[in-house]
Amino acid sequence: MAAKPRVKVPKSAAAGDIITLKTLISHKMESGQRKDGDGNPIPRDIINKFTCTFNGKPVFSCDMDPAVSANPYFEFKAKITEAGTFTFTWVDDAGEVTEMTKDIALK
Amino acid sequence: MNTSKRQFLGRTLGVSAGMAITALLGSTRALASVEDVQKAIAEFTGGKAPAEGVVTLTTPEIAENGNSVPVSVSVESPMSEDDYVESVMILAEDNPSALVATFHFTPASGEAVASTRMRLARTQNVLAVAKMSNGDVYSATNNIKVTIGGCGG
Repeated sequence: MAAKPRVKVPKSAAAGDIITLKTLISHKMESGQRKDGDGNPIPRDIINKFTCTFNGKPVFSCDMDPAVSANPYFEFKAKITEAGTFTFTWVDDAGEVTEMTKDIALK
Repeated sequence: MNTSKRQFLGRTLGVSAGMAITALLGSTRALASVEDVQKAIAEFTGGKAPAEGVVTLTTPEIAENGNSVPVSVSVESPMSEDDYVESVMILAEDNPSALVATFHFTPASGEAVASTRMRLARTQNVLAVAKMSNGDVYSATNNIKVTIGGCGG
């Protein structure tokens, strides 16, 4: 269900810098509150968990409820102490996992 | 978009009849109760009453579209190994389900700052409750006026 995510990470940063990360993923985030044309409830289908790790260590994560808008967007910070790889993971109600990685170098 | 209401309203004869029915539907829709909100906060904080301050919640005063309302939280903290912000819970008091999202930070976050976009059913208060690594709890509340609700009701 989830399409290719878009992630914005600086290519490089100086050690000790706090950088801003931005992520966006396409997902309809069906809330479970809506009804279809015949009045039947549309079942809930949302991404319920987003995680960001750096070299395997947790940086930021978010538990989502149906009140998060469609195509969930996140902006958050990370402190860079070494070069490495960010891993971004999205998990939806159906258990589908979308993963993306981005490298960052030291200046 | 809720097609059922559209189709239904399309079939009703007068605008006033449509409005009356909309009002009726609005009043019968299940909403998160005050107790639910209190319970969610108590579970999150472990029963501790949140203090004012430390948390900054940034939201628009007026949201024209309740389907996508930007929300940012920022919590003052050194974000060191033994003094950091563990998590921040966002709640919308008058949504069908009050919980919006819970952010989890670590010392590797550098700053306890995060933004996302949320749905709001109607004009209401939005709360941010922050839990620190030492167990302290802080909160902030903002009122947001919503022109068009975003829960498809």
